[in-house]
Amino acid sequence: MNINLTMIGQAIAFFIFVVFCMKYVWPPVMDALRERQKKIADGLDAADRASRDLELAQEKAARELRQAKQQAAEIIEQANKRSNQIVEEAKDLARVEGERLLSAAKAEIDQETNRVKETLRSEIARIAIAGAEKILEASVDENAHSEMLNKLAAEF
Amino acid sequence: MAGETVTASSYIQHHLQNLTFGNHPDLGWTFAHSAKEAQEMGFWAVHVDTLGWSVALGMLFLWIFRKAAKKASTGVPGGLQNFVEIMVEFVDTSVKETFHGRNKVIAPLALTIFCWIFLMNLMDLVPVDFLPRLFQIITGNDHAYFKVVPTTDVNATFGMSLSVFALIIYYSIKVKGVSGFAGELTLQPFGKWMMPFNLLLEGVGLIAKPISLALRLFGNLYAGELIFILIALLPFWVQFALSVPWAIFHILVIVLQAFIFMMLTIVYLSMAHEDH
Repeated sequence: MNINLTMIGQAIAFFIFVVFCMKYVWPPVMDALRERQKKIADGLDAADRASRDLELAQEKAARELRQAKQQAAEIIEQANKRSNQIVEEAKDLARVEGERLLSAAKAEIDQETNRVKETLRSEIARIAIAGAEKILEASVDENAHSEMLNKLAAEF
Repeated sequence: MAGETVTASSYIQHHLQNLTFGNHPDLGWTFAHSAKEAQEMGFWAVHVDTLGWSVALGMLFLWIFRKAAKKASTGVPGGLQNFVEIMVEFVDTSVKETFHGRNKVIAPLALTIFCWIFLMNLMDLVPVDFLPRLFQIITGNDHAYFKVVPTTDVNATFGMSLSVFALIIYYSIKVKGVSGFAGELTLQPFGKWMMPFNLLLEGVGLIAKPISLALRLFGNLYAGELIFILIALLPFWVQFALSVPWAIFHILVIVLQAFIFMMLTIVYLSMAHEDH
């Protein structure tokens, strides 16, 4: 229990230890700790950022998908409309064409009828004259009576 | 142990005597052969065992921590680095919680105090007769004194607490200036008309810091050591039953005392930094 020089020796040792610790132990360990803290913080930040990016990308992808679907629906609708239109147009065209053909045919038929009528008419006139010649036996002057007979034939 | 005729009190006294080397008035520079001789040497004597063990343990602490510090990397830490980092971080947190100024001495100081005192206290768990007996066998002197727990030596604890006291004074003056520090000692709590009384109060408070710091550590460890010695005096078949629980309890005391010494140092130094 004597107070003696040991106390001073202890104080000197204490001083040296503290200085050593301050110079060679504390700074490297603290630096390493701080750097690791920074690294971990950076890593966490990066992870956060990445997950945020992922979320954004997912959102974007969903949005684009929705847009694409909408576009596709629009296109299909347009196509349907267009096809209907085409069908309608074709129908109209066909009807017009049919009518044209029909009228052409009718005209042709009329023409033919007229031509036949004409032929028939002249034929009848000739037959009538021939008949009359037979009946009257030359009492009838062909030149004098043909005009009258033609008038008669025109009455058919 | 002291030979054939060992009595309980001589055994205890022998265990509580340091290995002293000093200047004896009659014998010159020599090792003390008895407690009386050691006392007669007065101030000019050194407790070789205390200094030897404390320096060795301090170097052990610095060696371990330096080894980890050299290899400190920012990657995944290994076992030793992990341990050292936990200690450093623990001390750093304790310092940051208490001390809010900027001072790069306090944290390493606290770390040194905690680890060093812890290691010195840890020597208390080595069986009381083991190392002294080993020392006696090595030196061939059956009566050689040898105390292995430096913190049971009041010199060791005072050596540290007075160093801390010196730091308190140094930082008080550095931060507040001589007049500020003097003012703090004399102008409160009762104003300048009660100056002598204030000085007495504050002076006692100031002086009490190193004394309480040193005596608390010393008292706890000295008492613990004494109980180990008393247990060692009992018949061998009860020794185990008593020394094991006491040792287990003592683990707590060892860490706690190291922690208290560290915390109080931080608190005192942070008080020295604060202006009122």
